[in-house]
Amino acid sequence: MKPTPVYGMMAEFDSPGDLVAAAERAHKAGYQKIDAYSPFPIEGLAEAIGFHQNRVPLVTLLGGIVGGLSGYLLQYWISTSSYPVNIGGKPYHSWPAFIVVTFEMTILFAGISAVLGMLALNGLPMPYHPVFNVPRFAFASKDRFFLIVFSSDPKYGAQSTRDFLEGLNPRSISEVPS
Amino acid sequence: MDEQVKHATDGRAPVIEPGHTFATVTDKISSIVLTRPTSTGWFVGFGIAFLLTMMLLYALGYLFVRGVGIWGITIPIGWGFAIVNFVWWIGIGHAGTLISAILLLLRQSWRNSINRFAEAMTLFAVACAGIFPLVHVGRPWLAYWLFPYPNSMGVWPQFRSPLIWDVFAVSTYATISALFWFVGLIPDLATLRDRSTNPAAQMIYGILAMGWRGSARHWHRYETMYLLLAGLATPLVLSVHTVVSFDFAIGIVPGWHTTIFPPYFVAGAIYSGFAMVLMLAIPIRKVYGLEDFITERHLQNSAKVMLATGLIVAYGYIIEAFMGWYSGNRYDTFTLWNRLHGPYKWDYIALLLCNIVIPQVLWIRKLRTSPLALFLISGVVLVGMWLERFVIVVVSLHRDFLTSSWGMYYPTRWDWMTYIGTIGLFLSAMFLFVRILPMISIFEMRTLLPEAEVKE
Repeated sequence: MKPTPVYGMMAEFDSPGDLVAAAERAHKAGYQKIDAYSPFPIEGLAEAIGFHQNRVPLVTLLGGIVGGLSGYLLQYWISTSSYPVNIGGKPYHSWPAFIVVTFEMTILFAGISAVLGMLALNGLPMPYHPVFNVPRFAFASKDRFFLIVFSSDPKYGAQSTRDFLEGLNPRSISEVPS
Repeated sequence: MDEQVKHATDGRAPVIEPGHTFATVTDKISSIVLTRPTSTGWFVGFGIAFLLTMMLLYALGYLFVRGVGIWGITIPIGWGFAIVNFVWWIGIGHAGTLISAILLLLRQSWRNSINRFAEAMTLFAVACAGIFPLVHVGRPWLAYWLFPYPNSMGVWPQFRSPLIWDVFAVSTYATISALFWFVGLIPDLATLRDRSTNPAAQMIYGILAMGWRGSARHWHRYETMYLLLAGLATPLVLSVHTVVSFDFAIGIVPGWHTTIFPPYFVAGAIYSGFAMVLMLAIPIRKVYGLEDFITERHLQNSAKVMLATGLIVAYGYIIEAFMGWYSGNRYDTFTLWNRLHGPYKWDYIALLLCNIVIPQVLWIRKLRTSPLALFLISGVVLVGMWLERFVIVVVSLHRDFLTSSWGMYYPTRWDWMTYIGTIGLFLSAMFLFVRILPMISIFEMRTLLPEAEVKE
């Protein structure tokens, strides 16, 4: 019988401060493929696990540009070529009247891009994930803080990683089955 | 210095009562949804609201059969209750976005206990508002003509019209409000998924939570997204009531054609919105025992916002009257005279009383901290703001340039049934919301606790 593949090793902590300190030590010790879980956003935790790149602002900016441009060009095309109507002698390309719709389209597209971009970059929706196999992980959405070292990390070893996590003084340690 | 000590020293009520932990905050808010038995009071309240919703559907059904002739609208008053109610509802929605977006950018952490249900209030108020222009177009089954889509008729909407701007402003506002509310819920839905013992509830909350697991990477992107969305919603909310005011201000009707309209509409919107927030928060915190989270501080702050925006509205009235006189334009001067002495003078006098005179009692600290007094004053403000829109729409239209085209407006029972029906729809949605979703943002409340601080 083959042994169950292991997804990683998870340590449980009591406070956000302990988790940040543990994440920093794991990162310094050379672990690269780690993640931390908390019931609310903690300042500095993403940096502690070595996560820096964040493309949500770029996606939002692009969405806003696309929305604004398409809003303006749609009005320009309709008012000057597709369906030109003379309203009180105003020019067909009466750009001040187009500002409101351009603005609203910018906000609409940027907002939708921000939300969908965040979800897509986070890989959500993802109903199944190996960390949910750990029974104590249910507390990650309440009052407990978790650090995981993924088994794909080059430094990962069933015993060495467990020993390292023991040294961080966690509340409990569990192996995460894949 | 931790949060509690800080507030104790500056003499203000705390945002959260001392003694709470991550676990107690989570249990307290999630138990309202998961374990608290549904009370008789809830069924009675929801039942009444549901009956009013049925009345709305009846009134709308009859409207679809007979047309807008069942309402009191005539020429010259073609807008009537539908537009009064539209502006009133959409204004109420504004407080929710102000609380969730603008106060987030200003780092007013007290907002964390009221933003969730204020956002829900926004969503339901915008839904009620949206009904009115749709049914007021006369042929509601063709309302989609308002959107630019390629069609075989070869026609397009007229983008120089403020009414088309309004279509874009309101539909963008509804979409962004819904997104903001839903992404704010995702981490709390994950909490409910993990806390729930009922398999059906686990499944539904699980699907809605989309597999949220609180990873540091996810939180990082989530916070960026939340901040960006707040930054986008802030100019949006200011633009929405500005565009609504353009519906009037761009027209040349005396009483509408003024440049003070955009800022004074926005202030009025926030004014009525905070009144609605208080009218909802005060009974909710009492019934569900949430005085620890929605404290005296929240009531006081909301009262102060009402006082400030109320004074901006008063300034708007003064400038309107001043310009009516100072412009020397006889139609503007007449509009002012007609408000004070015309057939609708009691509406105008009641509006001044409700919006300007009575709310001044909020200067008294004792009344600002009394839930009952605040509840009553908020009701007065909501009535006053409704009258304001009535005065703007009906009183301006009923006597314009030519005496031969003057007329009167008398709302019919169908007007009232539709209006009161939307209040029922709004309340039904609120009743369902407090029953099935966490009405206070659990994860944002956790960040306010002293134990959430990371010591260096």
